[in-house]
This record gives sequence, C-alpha cells and structure tokens, in this order.
Amino acid sequence: MDKKSADFFSIYTIIYTDMLIESANAHEDDHEHHHKETFITKYVFSQDHKMIAKQYLITGLFMGFIGIAMSLLFRLQLAWPEKPFAIFEVLLGKWAPDGVMDPNVYLSLVTIHGTIMVFFVLTAGLSGTFSNLLIPLQIGARDMASGLLNMISYWLFFVSCTLMIASLFVEAGPAAAGWTVYPPLSALPQAMPGSGTGMTLWLVSMAVFIASSLLAALNYVVTVINLRTKGMTMTRLPLTIWAFFVTAIIGIVSFPVLLSAALLLIMDRSFGTSFFLSDIFIQGEVLHYQGGSPVLYEHLFWFLGHPEVYIVILPALGITSEVIATNARKPIFGYRAMVASILAIAFLSTIVWGHHMFISGMNPFLGSVFTFTTLLIAIPSAVKAFNYITTLWKGNLQLNPAMLFSIALVSTFISGGLTGIILGDSTLDINVHDTYFVVAHFHLVMGISALYGLFAGVYHWFPKMFMRMMNKNLGYIHFWVTAVCAYGVFFPMHFIGMAGLPRRYYTNTNFPYFDDLANINVVITVFALIAGAAQIVFLYNFIHSIFYGKKTEQNPWKSNTLEWTAPIEHFHGNWHGEIPHVHRWAYDYSKPGHDEDYIPQNIPLKEGEEELQH
Amino acid sequence: MTIFLILILLILVTVSIWQVTKILELSQSKEESTQVADDDDNQMQGKLMFAFLIFIYVLTLFSFWRWGDVLLPDAASDHGPEYDNLMWVTFSVIFFVQTVTQAFLHYFSYKYRGNKSRKAFFYSDNDRLEAIWTIIPTIVLAVLILYGLYTWNDIMFVEENEDALVVELYAQQFNWKARYGGKDNVLGDANVRFLQDFDGKNLVGIDATDPNGLDDIIVQELHLPVDKEIIFKMRSQDVLHSAYMPHFRAQMNCVPGMITEFAFTPTKTTEQMRMDTDVISKVRKINEIRKVNSEELIAKGEEALDPYIFDYVLLCNKICGASHYTMQMKIIVETEQEFNKWIKSQLTFSQFIQ
Repeated sequence: MDKKSADFFSIYTIIYTDMLIESANAHEDDHEHHHKETFITKYVFSQDHKMIAKQYLITGLFMGFIGIAMSLLFRLQLAWPEKPFAIFEVLLGKWAPDGVMDPNVYLSLVTIHGTIMVFFVLTAGLSGTFSNLLIPLQIGARDMASGLLNMISYWLFFVSCTLMIASLFVEAGPAAAGWTVYPPLSALPQAMPGSGTGMTLWLVSMAVFIASSLLAALNYVVTVINLRTKGMTMTRLPLTIWAFFVTAIIGIVSFPVLLSAALLLIMDRSFGTSFFLSDIFIQGEVLHYQGGSPVLYEHLFWFLGHPEVYIVILPALGITSEVIATNARKPIFGYRAMVASILAIAFLSTIVWGHHMFISGMNPFLGSVFTFTTLLIAIPSAVKAFNYITTLWKGNLQLNPAMLFSIALVSTFISGGLTGIILGDSTLDINVHDTYFVVAHFHLVMGISALYGLFAGVYHWFPKMFMRMMNKNLGYIHFWVTAVCAYGVFFPMHFIGMAGLPRRYYTNTNFPYFDDLANINVVITVFALIAGAAQIVFLYNFIHSIFYGKKTEQNPWKSNTLEWTAPIEHFHGNWHGEIPHVHRWAYDYSKPGHDEDYIPQNIPLKEGEEELQH
Repeated sequence: MTIFLILILLILVTVSIWQVTKILELSQSKEESTQVADDDDNQMQGKLMFAFLIFIYVLTLFSFWRWGDVLLPDAASDHGPEYDNLMWVTFSVIFFVQTVTQAFLHYFSYKYRGNKSRKAFFYSDNDRLEAIWTIIPTIVLAVLILYGLYTWNDIMFVEENEDALVVELYAQQFNWKARYGGKDNVLGDANVRFLQDFDGKNLVGIDATDPNGLDDIIVQELHLPVDKEIIFKMRSQDVLHSAYMPHFRAQMNCVPGMITEFAFTPTKTTEQMRMDTDVISKVRKINEIRKVNSEELIAKGEEALDPYIFDYVLLCNKICGASHYTMQMKIIVETEQEFNKWIKSQLTFSQFIQ
C-alpha cells in the first residue's frame, strides 16, 4: 500500500468511527427530547440492547426448559427401559404406544436436547443475553454499534427457535440423527424417519440461527473496538468484555463453515448432489450417489463444532471472572494472564477439531497432530483455574448465589476438563470414544459449567435487567440442589462410559452384557429428576422477582464496572448527560489507602495513587 | 409403581425446599432483607462449601467402591496392556490434580468467607506463580502427549504382512457380517452395486469377476484365532457405523464409500476369558440381576431370561438408526486348530451363490 492510499485508509477509518460515535451520541439527544415509544418499539421490535438482552434471556430460558424436560424424559427411559409412563403418553402421543417410548422418538429427544442446549440456550441464551446487556454498559457506550442489526439478529434467532419447535410436530418426527447430524444417516429419509421433513426444518433452522449469530457477533466486535468510552483502553476492559469479544471473533471464523456444511447437506438431500454420500445401498435399492465422503462433513461440522464449545464456555468464564472478583472483594489474579489465556484458548480452539474424529477413518498421522494441539489447550485452561483459586485466597468472600455458581463453575470446569486429557489423547480415545464417558465429560466441562455461568450471570445482573433483586434464599436452595445433583448425575456416568456403554443406545438391556450397569442408570436418573425439579425453584424465583422482587439499589454488589454507574431505570442511551470516563481498571477492590473496598472505574486516581501495571 | 414413587419423591423435595426457605427466612433478621449476602449467609454458605468438598470426595470414593469393578473390562489384545498402562498413568495424574485443586477451591471458599470486619488482601499479580503453573502443566502434558503418541503410532500404523489374517467387518442397518479371504487370504473386490446379484445372495457385494473373491467366506459370527495378528478392513453399505470391541481396545468407524482399517492380536481365547476371576464375578453379578428380573417376568406369565455366559462382543458405536442399540455380533476367540476346523466347515462365496 503506498502512502497516499494508506492515508486515505486511515482517514476513512477515522470518519467511519466518528459516524459510529455520532450515531451513538444521537441516541443521547433522543432520550432527552422525544421519548415516545410505542409498545411495539419498546417491547417487541426494540433496538435497545438492554431490551434485546432480556428477549434473548427469556427466549433462551424457555428453550432451556424444553431441552431439560426432554432430557428428563429420556432419562426415565434409560433407568426403566421400555416401562410405560403416563407422562410419555401425554407428551409423546403416538410416539409412545401404551406409554412405552418408541426408539425413534428416543433418538429425536437426545438430538433435539443437544441442539437446543448447545445452540439455543448456551450460545444464544448465554452469550446473546450477556454480550448484549454488558458490552455497551461496561465499555461505556449508548448502545450497540447498530441497534437495527442487533434487533434483526434477535428476530432471526426467534425465527430459528420457532422452526426448531415446529419441527417437533411434523408427521415423521423431528431430526433424530444425533445433534451432529452426520450424513448419510441425516441425509436419507430411508435410514430413519427423522431424516425427512424434520431434518429439513432442522437444517433451515440452523441456517437462520447462524445468520443471527453472525450478525450479533459482528456487532459485538465493532462495538468493542469502536465505542469504548474515553479512558477505556483494551487493557482496562473487564474480563467479561474480553471474553465476549473473543467469543464473537471465534464465532465469525467458524460459524460460516457450519453454514457451508448445512448448505451442502441440503444440496445432497434435496438436489441429488454427492458431497457427503457414496456407494449406498439402503432399503433394497442402490442409490446414485458416488464420490462423496461423510468424513468431509465431519471436518466441516467440527470446524465449527469444537470452537463452539469455547463459544459456549468463554462467556461463562468471563462472567465468572467478574462475579468472583466482585464478590471476593479482590482484584482478579493475573489479569494479563487471564486475557492471554482467553486468546490462547481461542486460537487453539480453531485447530483441534480433529480430536472428534480420531477413529473416523482419518489418517492416524493427522490424529497425532490433533492430539498435540488438543492437549495444549489444557495449559491456558489450567492457568485460568489456578488464577480463580488464587483470587479466592485471602479474599473477603461475599457468598451470594451468583458467587456460589461461579465457584461451582470452576469446580465442574476442573472435573470435566481433566477427563478431556483422556479423550483428547487419540490412544485413550479408542476405547471411550462415543461412550457415556464422553457424555459425562462434555456435560460437566461445557454443559454444567456454562449453565452455572448463565445462572451466575442471571443472579448477578438481574437487578440491572429488571431493577429488582432475586430472592437469595431461593437462590441458595436452587444452587445447592443443582450442585449436588449435577455431580450425582455426571460423576457415575464416567463409570458406565469406562465400562464401554455406547451413547445414544435406546436401552442397555437389549443384550445381557451391560445388565450390571442398570442400577447406575437408576441413580443417575433420580439425581436428574431432582435437579430438574430444582430448576422450578429458579423459574419461580425469576418470574416472581421480576414483578415482586425487592427494589434494587444502584450498585447492590458494590461493583467497579461501569454498568452500575448507570441509573437504575432503563432508557435508550444508558446514561443521562455525559458518558462516564474511565480512569482505572475494573479490579480495584480492597485497594490499600482507600476507605471503601471498591473503586468504580470512573473515579479518577487520587493524587500520588499508583495505577496498577497490569 | 415407579411413577408413584417418583411423584412422592418430587412432592417431598418440593415440601422440603419450601420448609427450608421458611426456616432460612425466619432465621434471618426481621428487617426486610436487601437480598445481598450478609455475614450470617457467608458463615452458612462458607461451611456448606466445605461440606460440598467432603461430598465430592465421598461421592468419588463411594463410586469407586461400589462401581469400580465395571471400569475398563479386562484387556484381551496384545496392545491392551499398553493402552491400560497409559490410561492408569493419565488417570492418576487426573485424580491427583482433581483432589488437590478441588480441596483448595472449596477450602478457600470456606476459610475466607466474608465478614464485615475484614478486608481482602489486595493481591493482583505474581509473575513467579504464573510461571510455575504454566510450566508445570506444560511439562506434565508434554510427557503425556509423547507417551500417548508413542502408543498411538504403535497401535494405529498397520503394516500389511503375510502372517496376518485379513478380515472384513461389514456393517449395515442393523447387523454385522464378517468376510474372510479364504484360502488365498485375499479379499475379493466388492461394491454395493453388486449386492443384488445372485438374487440377493451376494451378501456383501463381492465382484464375481474377481477371482480372489470366489473363495471368500461370509459369516454372521466372528471367529478369531488367538495370538495371530488380525487386520480388519471395515465397510458399511448404508450409514456410518462404528466397530467397537471394548475388550480388545479397538474401535474404528465404518464409512460408506471407503475402507477403514484397524489391527490387533487377540491374546486370550473366549474359554480363557471365561475363567478370569473378574469375568466370573461380572457374570455372577449379571446373572443375579437376571434372576430377579426373571422372577418378575414369570410372575407376569412371561418367559424367564436365559442365564448369561461371557462372550466377546462387537458393538455398533455410532448412531445408525432406530435399532442402533441392538446392533452387535458375537466374537469367538479360539485356538488356531479350532479356528481352522471352523473355517473349513463354512461355505465359500462360490458355493453359497450356487
């Protein structure tokens, strides 16, 4: 690039940034002068990031309850195989003749449970909610860079949820090929009934979902880069924002690849192409497909699928960092190391996808490369875990429900992460691949951990979202029952996995070999049912507190980040008058030489006060 | 009956939660709570955190005591012990780290529970500590990676050789077939497009024009000679399947359109395995369970379950459709003489299609 065009480029960047800032400032005038909003623009097609965050949260929780309810249904079948249950007859209708669950619907339930929990709850519900709520509020911006795109992103998510729910009601049942929907099983309606219309709806729903999450991610990245308030340098960003920012980048890198996988699969299914299919004989007929490879699909799927795990867990870790520091009344230990490990995890996460494919028929040499990169991820993860533990050391821990969930997140992140060393090792993977060991591992490390992150976020920022507090005692009960049951479900599950029980088996009593695992399955299901019941406590607390919770103070947790400097009441633009300027990092808790044990980011340094060289 | 029990359980849980909330509310000061944890909450929750640490340990010990016997069935292939060693080394590392980190996490949560009179220690960075816990995991992982890759190369790189027996595992919804190369130990070419030849008697789609295929033998029960290297060639005719043989620490996906490979040497015959003490106790345990289940069945006027006898199994371990959970094949490992005798009694492809 010669100098002239370089100049032009930088001028262009400056102008563009100015435009963004101006449009943000324009919001400021909006709220002061003409504040007429109709019901539709305020609650439905809102462009205010706080309202969009609430929309994401409530949609995500709704989907979450469907997903969890599904898991309880198939857990009943697994503990008491082929026994009739009245609830099956009520909920599954023709799919449960005489109350006995049909094997096809069992597979549908596990498939849709996985899809809903991974994408709709832990991607959109978690990252969508808190990125939207916190990015503008914590960096000191009036709103997202583009409120319109943000609104479109939510409504695309809504459409995708609707399509996924609609797929539950089609004649031949919803998608049932596992949440990874590997072809040829997912491509051929002859292979299973769920691969008909249900699968088409699944693919369309996911395509819309990807569009939604890309729009959202682009918005987050642009907002963090361009709309930080004066003084908010990148090294003063709270770790929440770092996590959301990096998550958005991984999403932009990897989601388009899933879209291409979905499009190619749609082509194979509907237009007779052979991207993933070759040499198939099914239902007494040779199909015309020639030259494709299912392994190609696996590569494309996991190119998203693995980063997706970190798309799910990084925001949860970001929330945890913030909640732990606030409630420990201590700076997060090793801020720079935390940022570096987020970046390292993000980078590594995009080059480890092959560890899902060690025994897919992929060249074993490639397997060794992926073993190497995979086990490296344990290093930044370990650093994060140690830093959390050190943050607790000599703290003054305020054990609010959000704090308990954050501590428990670290606990499950460790327990679940450690078994990743077994699964990430290609050799050891041979015998535990696709068994319940995998199910136990990923549920602890990304399912339960991310859910805890979601709960921590909800308890912590509920006052910011709904201007009221949640009931702490119900929160404690919710936490303890959930924490005990989560281990109660997933710890014994490692054992049946190591015993060799394959996942996605409708029952393990079809042949005698696994009969001795039946009682472990009963234990798991009992814990799962109690854990499910505990979520009703949360639901009650959530809804009740929205309307009748105690009115909040402006900064109930005495936190440093900027969102607590904004007024309690919501209006488009977040702050009256000028946006606060930032003078310090977000973690000046219990700093010596100050009376209070917290110093919000907008308080200027005292004379002679040293800013931390973090 | 179970529904009734579950309902009662759920009701009890709900009632107890309700009661506990009441107690908690009554025990707190009369003024309206701010819903932010106060010193009393910190006291109680801190202690509960310590109790939770004990819960994790007890759950771990209980699980190992009660269910430890189901972990990793006895290995019966020559690379099995290698695999098991790597597993137990990794497992001990994991176990150690888990025990120690959980202890710190929960103990600190208990020890430093909040108190109005205290102030936290302002401590934000320590390069030496950071370096220590970056370097130590790096070293430990480097060792595990090298050890793992060494074993991986040992297991996975299959060398074609004269002495090895070549066996094809053929997967379809929802059963397995095995094909032996016959006298020449060479598998004939095959493709799904030949499946309908000979009125459907061409079970795995052998190309009848390939002379190597005529003496191939197709069976529904996998027989393997002990102490001989077996090279498996996997095929699938419809969707993905996975050939999983847990006792041999062996697994490989079967992919339509391509041939995948796995090789191992079985080291224990089925008969030897049946004499193994662990296997005997497993069989006894399963038969006790089946006896109880049979009594229930008989009470309902149905047939009793057959008693279980140990056999090696080949399972399908990749979701392949509604009856995925039924898809398996018996594996019989026997002496070379027994194997030769058995294979001589089987029909070859050319005999079968007559």
